[in-house]
Amino acid sequence: MKKQGSYMESVHRDGRVWGIVVGLLIMLFPVIVSFIFGTAPNTSVLVKGLLATAPMYWAVGIVEIFTYVPMLGAGGTYLSFITGNISNLKLPCAIDAMERAKVKASSEEGEVISTIAIAVSSIVTTLIIIVGVICIVPLTPLLESPVLKPAFDMILPALFGGLAVVFISKNVKLSIAPIVLMLVLFISVPALNAGTVGIMVPVGVLFTVGVARIMYKRGWL
Amino acid sequence: MEFNVNHPILFVLVGIIIAAVLGQSTYFLVKAIRRAKELGIAGSTVKSTVISSAIFTIAPAIAILVGVVALSKSLGLALPWLRLSVIGSITYETVAAGNALTAAGLEASATIVDPSIFVSVLWVMTIGIAAGIVLVPFVTKKIQNGMLKMGMKDKKWGEILNTAMFLGMISAFLGYVFCDVGLVFSGDTSGLIPVCVMLVSAVVMAIFGGLSKILRARWMEDYALPLSLVLGMASAIPFTAWLR
Repeated sequence: MKKQGSYMESVHRDGRVWGIVVGLLIMLFPVIVSFIFGTAPNTSVLVKGLLATAPMYWAVGIVEIFTYVPMLGAGGTYLSFITGNISNLKLPCAIDAMERAKVKASSEEGEVISTIAIAVSSIVTTLIIIVGVICIVPLTPLLESPVLKPAFDMILPALFGGLAVVFISKNVKLSIAPIVLMLVLFISVPALNAGTVGIMVPVGVLFTVGVARIMYKRGWL
Repeated sequence: MEFNVNHPILFVLVGIIIAAVLGQSTYFLVKAIRRAKELGIAGSTVKSTVISSAIFTIAPAIAILVGVVALSKSLGLALPWLRLSVIGSITYETVAAGNALTAAGLEASATIVDPSIFVSVLWVMTIGIAAGIVLVPFVTKKIQNGMLKMGMKDKKWGEILNTAMFLGMISAFLGYVFCDVGLVFSGDTSGLIPVCVMLVSAVVMAIFGGLSKILRARWMEDYALPLSLVLGMASAIPFTAWLR
């Protein structure tokens, strides 16, 4: 059997190679499309669009790397940062899988279970979108049905309600401070909503880690 | 080549990238399953991880598909197919495309006919979220090694740290669920819809978690989260009709 060190080394090596190759393909797509259609981007649209998008999402993206990498594990990180939908799909999927397998995220068993969950989730998502794209004509009325719209709009509350029960019931003492803080912030600050929840994840994580450290040092955990 | 948002060449190019993404996921899946065997993780645990992760993914993936349909009106089908299969999320892609379309003075529902505008939108959507793609291959090992060292120094703290991180993320999303509750004071009860949905999902999870322990039925545990997700989402339909 490979030692833990050598397995992790190989995950990092392979993750880097795949990440760079697939990342390059994704980044080259606009270049190739521009070339094929013989057109350059419209400078004004590009600059205005990027100014409205990139500063916020790059800042959030950099903070997300430091927040999510320890939770996703190495294999999970290399996959998630290519396939996306991290907080609304990949991470909850990995957290639930590790919880059910009774493994800790900090262990190698946790690393392996998290990678399996995220890989399966990525494959299933990709396949469902492929089927959806092929069957777009018959599926569109169903997917755009006003009856089903509220269900698709409420995916995050439905997802985190279940996940919260598992984690809060097992960590009641540690849960109180972050939940109170986030409820107060989200209820009292109008700017905090669906569009800005991503920014609050690192805030919640840092705050909870700080509270956990104090409680741990005082022997309360 | 004459431009069209649904030009076959776009589908071919996107297909190649999607195949690479599938290749990467499959490679890591096989690698992790092999390692699980070496570590002595029970085959039944691996199997249940695979099955329940797949089932859990169905509802969110369909929600992502809804995003593909919405964006396809202006961008054609190939571009949203790519963008929602790779880094980003429904929220990001919609915002990024919207920002670029607004900069071009176009409505979100108008199909793009100018190739220059199309590639501008494409560049904005790609570069706007590229931080992860650019940095992850170079910083992940350092962050992971730092965490491992911390865990080795004090194992108990290492485990608490991970739990604290999960709880921090969950608490942020719980806060978000309550963000429009204040509207009740102005007579608008729609802010209660996400709260009710979250409660339904939490109750389903608690019932299934409790039953699986009482009946010692492991399979129930495997399906508890997917079921709480789907029933929570389904409850949004009557709650929306009632509270909006």
